[in-house]
Amino acid sequence: MLDLTFTEPAPRVIHGLEGDWEMVIGMEVHAQVSSKAKLFSGASTEFGAEPNSNVSFVDAAMPGMLPVINEFCVEQAVRTGLGLNARINLFSAFDRKNYFYPDLPQGYQISQLYHPIVGEGEVIVWMGEGTARRVRIERIHLEQDAGKSIHDMDPEYSFVDLNRTGVALMEIVSRPDIRSPEEAAAYVGKLRQIMRYLGTCDGNMQNGNLRADVNVSVCRPGDYEKYRETGDFSHLGTRCEIKNMNSMRFIQQAIEYEARRQIAILEDGGEVVQETRLYDPNKGETRSMRSKEEAHDYRYFPCPDLLPLELEAAWVEEIRASLPELPDAKKARFVRDYGITEYDAGVLTAEREAADFFEEVARGRDGKMAANWVINELFGRLNKEGRTIGESPVSAAQLGAILDLIRKGDISGKIAKDLFEIVWTEGGDPVRIVEERGMKQVTDSAAIEKVVDEIMAANPAQLEKAKANPKVAGWFVGQVMKATQGKANPQVVNEIVRRKLAG
Amino acid sequence: MGELAGLTISEARARLRKGEITAREITEDCLAEIEAAAPLGAFVEVTAEKALAMADAADARLAAEGEAAPAMCGIPVGIKDLFCVEGVRTQAASKILDNFRPPYESTVTARLWQDGAVMLGKLNMDEFAMGSSNETSHFGPAINPWRAEGDSRPLTPGGSSGGSAAAVAARLCLAATGTDTGGSIRQPAAFTGIVGLKPTYGRVSRWGIVAFASSLDQAGPMTRSVRDAAIMLQAMAGEDPRDSTSAPRPVPDFEAMLTGDIRGRRIGIPKEYRVEGMSAGIEALWQAGIDMLRDAGAEIVDISLPHTKYALPAYYVIAPAEASSNLARYDGVRYGHRAKLAPGEGIVEMYEKTRAEGFGDEVKRRVMIGTYVLSAGYYDAYYNRARKVRTLIRRDFEQAFASGIDAVLTPATPSTAFALGEKGQDDPVEMYLNDIFTVPVNLAGLPGISVPAGRDAKGLPLGLQLIGRPWEEGEMMNIALALEERAGFDGAPSPWWKG
Amino acid sequence: MSIDRETARKVAHLARIGVAEEALDDLARELSAVLGFVEQLMEVDVEGVEPMVSVTPMTLKKRRDEVTDGGYPDRILANAPMAREGFFVVPKVVE
Repeated sequence: MLDLTFTEPAPRVIHGLEGDWEMVIGMEVHAQVSSKAKLFSGASTEFGAEPNSNVSFVDAAMPGMLPVINEFCVEQAVRTGLGLNARINLFSAFDRKNYFYPDLPQGYQISQLYHPIVGEGEVIVWMGEGTARRVRIERIHLEQDAGKSIHDMDPEYSFVDLNRTGVALMEIVSRPDIRSPEEAAAYVGKLRQIMRYLGTCDGNMQNGNLRADVNVSVCRPGDYEKYRETGDFSHLGTRCEIKNMNSMRFIQQAIEYEARRQIAILEDGGEVVQETRLYDPNKGETRSMRSKEEAHDYRYFPCPDLLPLELEAAWVEEIRASLPELPDAKKARFVRDYGITEYDAGVLTAEREAADFFEEVARGRDGKMAANWVINELFGRLNKEGRTIGESPVSAAQLGAILDLIRKGDISGKIAKDLFEIVWTEGGDPVRIVEERGMKQVTDSAAIEKVVDEIMAANPAQLEKAKANPKVAGWFVGQVMKATQGKANPQVVNEIVRRKLAG
Repeated sequence: MGELAGLTISEARARLRKGEITAREITEDCLAEIEAAAPLGAFVEVTAEKALAMADAADARLAAEGEAAPAMCGIPVGIKDLFCVEGVRTQAASKILDNFRPPYESTVTARLWQDGAVMLGKLNMDEFAMGSSNETSHFGPAINPWRAEGDSRPLTPGGSSGGSAAAVAARLCLAATGTDTGGSIRQPAAFTGIVGLKPTYGRVSRWGIVAFASSLDQAGPMTRSVRDAAIMLQAMAGEDPRDSTSAPRPVPDFEAMLTGDIRGRRIGIPKEYRVEGMSAGIEALWQAGIDMLRDAGAEIVDISLPHTKYALPAYYVIAPAEASSNLARYDGVRYGHRAKLAPGEGIVEMYEKTRAEGFGDEVKRRVMIGTYVLSAGYYDAYYNRARKVRTLIRRDFEQAFASGIDAVLTPATPSTAFALGEKGQDDPVEMYLNDIFTVPVNLAGLPGISVPAGRDAKGLPLGLQLIGRPWEEGEMMNIALALEERAGFDGAPSPWWKG
Repeated sequence: MSIDRETARKVAHLARIGVAEEALDDLARELSAVLGFVEQLMEVDVEGVEPMVSVTPMTLKKRRDEVTDGGYPDRILANAPMAREGFFVVPKVVE
């Protein structure tokens, strides 16, 4: 495997009234495990069902109900850990995190505090060609999601839906290695990309299947490096945690606002209070969360309804062996094998399906040309229509056939675009379309010469001009192309026109 | 009247199969006895219609299957209020589960019904199984059918399965389910002169049983003979895919193991159980038990279980800690009691008022103790330390068993039944001391059985406890049978409640 | 370890059990009595002893990823003190 080399970007600096400040960001990303059933119950995880219908007695914490773990959720967490180059803990255990909230029926969340299933790993977050941030992962643990409280259905009451209660989440905890709002968004994007490659989380942020808590603090230049050298957090500022964001844009806006808020406090001689905050996208502000005001004492202890989760090393290795090629490796291979730019390779590998599509098009063909067509024509058109690669009306085989027609000289690049349009809207075999609709370009020089002669004869004044100034020759080429409805081979036309003018 | 209700399971089984009696007749007799025994407060809910329908179904099955019908077919039983029974009010004797009707059936009761047992109703208990006298019940205490000679003061049947014990001892049902977290089957069994068995942790499914302390809770049978315990445990036990802590082990034929032949068995007598202030009656009973087992051909061996003293304090950290979390779900949101709120009061007030009104004093006390020992700064000092002590207590037993001991014999309780209101009024710990002999067994996850073995000077029942090796309930019951045969306990209290 | 009035108040709140102001002293005394009793644990030498993890040493039972439960909102809501339009209803929660 070829690794792409990179250098780390400079941190985001904010110029305060009293000198420069840097941002330090750590994240806790909650990724919903892709599974049919919940972590500890057999109820469905399907989104958008009628309230309280995807709920079992276990999820509703009815008296005497007990959890039994879904083995596939465990497998998904292991797969995610492997995808993030992380250590898999063969021994992990579940703990109860105790707190009261109406959408937490048990009065505790089953999570993994003391022994998480996944330990240290890392993610490379690309910030441009040759630039990337290496973000260390501290741990990933499995836990139950809470339900949903709806506060705007009645002025006096909150409404509680437990459909989401007990769905498996992976909490991916990073070290404070992220240094700008853009990096934070790119980090989430990278996790999302990797998990989508792995099939462990669909990454749907709108539905809340991927959400992030962001810890933000600010420090003076040089302090962060001291922290990295010593591991001593006292070099860093007091952090605030912004809870539960499910949009890349809001994550960036919230960090930007929060860092500036903290700087303003510090420059005013104040102290940042460690607290949980909520981002209000309408106001573009973060505010202290009233419900989290009192310091929590979660009283974690091992869940006595479950035994420790012990994994077999061989089973982990089986999963490792079944991992797909991951984005960074694929990107490096595309650069190497297809001779395309790192940028294009990045675009092509953003989604696994797109990369597979590209590879099918590029197989046995010119990689650069395939990349151009896939990125500019296909992705361009898909984006315009808001479609995914899976919904593309043009298949990889069809696009490949179009490229073959270009390579063989049967059609010009311009005709190829028309052909692409026909295949997009009407479908069909490109080779047959070219045949049936007479789109094949004319390479027969005698036939072309005849057209050239006719046009020159009809335009004596232009002919004289062109003979004096070869730059006007292009006019004749254009006329020939027009007369042949673009089907004449432009190279042949050029050559004949040049010969005639010279003669 | 009362003759059929007074049968043991094995007697009823034989007569049902011969067609001498019907399940309906036994059931009707039990229902009449229950009605007459209202002063005992044993039942908190009588499901007469359901009982008769189930009895008729059992009779049809007995007629169709004959000898092949399960042993429990047609046997009327009472169910501790901790077991969820579909559609039947289940409150764990707490106000907080006010009128809760489970839309599901606990695994244990489902197994009993599957075998054709007949449900008579729900039995009184200490609230959430927290208590040793049944006095913490929201429904008021159950009363021991036994009285001290020449004394009409009401005595406790013990707890927490006090209703179960009272009902079985008073011949209101042939058997009952109980649950045992620190002695809640064995102590009331001893106080009422019946047999109570706590299985090895993981032998019986906990699914559908209102949880008190998950790592200690275990359901078991409460019966009038060791044989009956074997029959009923057979029906209750077995792996349950819905309980992660239930063990994937085959259930042996317990009844077939009851030979009464215990020659060569090694019985351990732990010196640490000879506690200060133990009554002379109990002391004498223990010695009598030793003599009986020796007489049956067992070898008596003095052993040491050095950490016994710390079992009770460890228990009063671990059980409340788990309970504080297990009882967090009673919040007034999805079922049970919800407090009325004053204008302007919100969700926090709803929780605090609901739980203040819904839980009794002892439950509140334990939930708060549990909350405290798990809270920041105390987790290691209390909770983790208690778990380590628990390891040591189990190790004590493991070492005894490794040295060749087959079972341990101890008294079941440090005293006989005491009067209602007599203990724990000022100091909760006084009540806790009742479980001193039973708690170590729960901490170690071992099987234990209380066998009635005699009466004290005032005629009150006394029980001996046998503690078995893990998964060796059959062996343990066989030793218990030898004890039962030799003790010749004369079972029935005189039915003063019939007026 | 003896529990004072303030600690009793804090613990009661953490457990979400309302305790009247005038009952706090009694509560503190009762909790202290129990804690005084469990204080004996401090005498035990637990050096090098692992806390008990599972009562029954065995492997964790696992389920297959199949939808086998749920789909009965009526039964979920049947015992609710207050429900509307398929939701549980509680006093307004302010975030």
